Amino acid sequence: MEIDPFIFRLSIFILSIFIGYYVVWSVTPSLHTPLMSVTNAISSVIIVGAIIAALAGSSEEVFSISSIFGFLAIVLAAINIFGGFLVTQRMLQMYKKKKDKKK
Amino acid sequence: MISANLSAIFYLISGILFILALRGLSSPDTSRQGNYFGIVGMIIAIVVTFLSIGNFSTSLSYVVIFLIIGGTVGAFIAFRIPMTAMPELVAGFHSLVGLAAVFVAIAAFLNPEAFNLGIVGRIKLASLIEMSIGASVGAITFSGSIIAFLKLRGIMSGSPITFSGQHLLNLTLGIGIFILIYYLCKTQSVNAFWIVIMISFLVGVLLIIPIGGADMPVVISMLNSYSGWAAAGIGFTLENTALIITGALVGSSGAILSYIMCKAMNRSFVSVILGGFGADTSSDNIKEKRDQKPVKSGNAEDAAFLMKNASSVIIVPGYGMAVAQAQHALREMVDKLKKNDIKVTYAIHPVAGRMPGHMNVLLAEANVPYDEVFELEDINNDFANSDVAFVIGANDVTNPVAKTDPKSPIFGMPVLDVEKCKSVLFVKRSLSPGYAGIDNELFYKDNTLMLFADAKKMTEDIVKNLD
Repeated sequence: MEIDPFIFRLSIFILSIFIGYYVVWSVTPSLHTPLMSVTNAISSVIIVGAIIAALAGSSEEVFSISSIFGFLAIVLAAINIFGGFLVTQRMLQMYKKKKDKKK
Repeated sequence: MISANLSAIFYLISGILFILALRGLSSPDTSRQGNYFGIVGMIIAIVVTFLSIGNFSTSLSYVVIFLIIGGTVGAFIAFRIPMTAMPELVAGFHSLVGLAAVFVAIAAFLNPEAFNLGIVGRIKLASLIEMSIGASVGAITFSGSIIAFLKLRGIMSGSPITFSGQHLLNLTLGIGIFILIYYLCKTQSVNAFWIVIMISFLVGVLLIIPIGGADMPVVISMLNSYSGWAAAGIGFTLENTALIITGALVGSSGAILSYIMCKAMNRSFVSVILGGFGADTSSDNIKEKRDQKPVKSGNAEDAAFLMKNASSVIIVPGYGMAVAQAQHALREMVDKLKKNDIKVTYAIHPVAGRMPGHMNVLLAEANVPYDEVFELEDINNDFANSDVAFVIGANDVTNPVAKTDPKSPIFGMPVLDVEKCKSVLFVKRSLSPGYAGIDNELFYKDNTLMLFADAKKMTEDIVKNLD
């Protein structure tokens, strides 16, 4: 009998939870705020679903109901991706500055 | 146009880059590199998606336009937001992830062909379950984060909103969602799908309104976790490895942060969720006590004198410092002290502020070197050997009652042993109790000098007196 591909995805999911568990415990507490903003940014990889939905329309009909939801989701996810990564970068930059000063 | 197998491999690579992005945060030195890994991972995921669909019609130009619109808004927010507003920002971002998950689920439900999930009315069972769970969790994340955002922003009162039958109602609605999803799978009913989403929005609101302001670190972490699970649900629907990996990472990250925050308050996760903590019940009692006990209060000059003659000072910042925007003045004060060869360190309680790591970011913004900033367990023993503790904007996290009075609501909560210092300077506007609604014994200790003023103003005055 063949194994349902779902099981493979479930395996990836469970193993990733374990990876997440160990990786996040090793994050230093002083970086917990950047951790939240970066997890925010990466969870917006949901944009791939939004792009698929948005591109599903044909050239004649760009905007169907489903593709409109796709386009809206693209905007939301894009805000998050750019906002999330950039604000994280901004914060992490602050953790650098003083080190340079000390040198 | 690239094959499904090849794109799956690229999604895996971007998933790995996301893991490395989080891994980088284990130290400030590697963190920036980690962030770049995250950005590269995201670019790979997006480009591969374009290539694998291979539809370069007019739709694509619209996708790019919307991407740029969102990106510009996001970049604008990221550059403009003051660091004190980080908790609101993160809550706002969570709500966007949640809503995006809902929209993607709706799009997939309305046009399953585009996602290879079957046809309208005959969507594959597994996909239907996955997308409705993704949509439901996404909707809860969205409305819950909106409430958290409003509370953090002060638009909505931070005090808990409770009513009788609240938990029963939540439970009923939760069970209702499961029944509806079951019905949805049986009948493929469009209406059931919409109702699931609507109820989930309602559940999100109901879940967060009973939770009070100072429990926000837990709430934000929890919503962080939800946004991850929502993304993972959608990832299963789309059969996308990058999304599944990321969802799992974010989900467990948020869960761990919630756990850390709960432990730091010595409260169970369940009791935080059930809410109602910090309701003003014992204020009469406090007033009575306050009248009876003497308090020593001083001014900036006294404080400056005490610190100048100390050899070591520990700063204990809290949410009040963020509210008063006193971090820059504080840094100036510390610079002056250091010039006089006084050893200065910072002690941070895990729940100081409104989100995990909030104080660290504010101090970093004020150019405080991160190796002078210590977590509770690393610095707590140093209080006994230090001359002055300078408490600015913190309250409950310094209350010795947590160690002595088993009847106190915060008993057992790990607190900073501030009272062991030779003298304590406590900057506060009045004697009002902190969030837990209890009196702080520290106010009445012999070695405590209360400095009644706005945190920023007081610090600035002290700076002047240090000259």
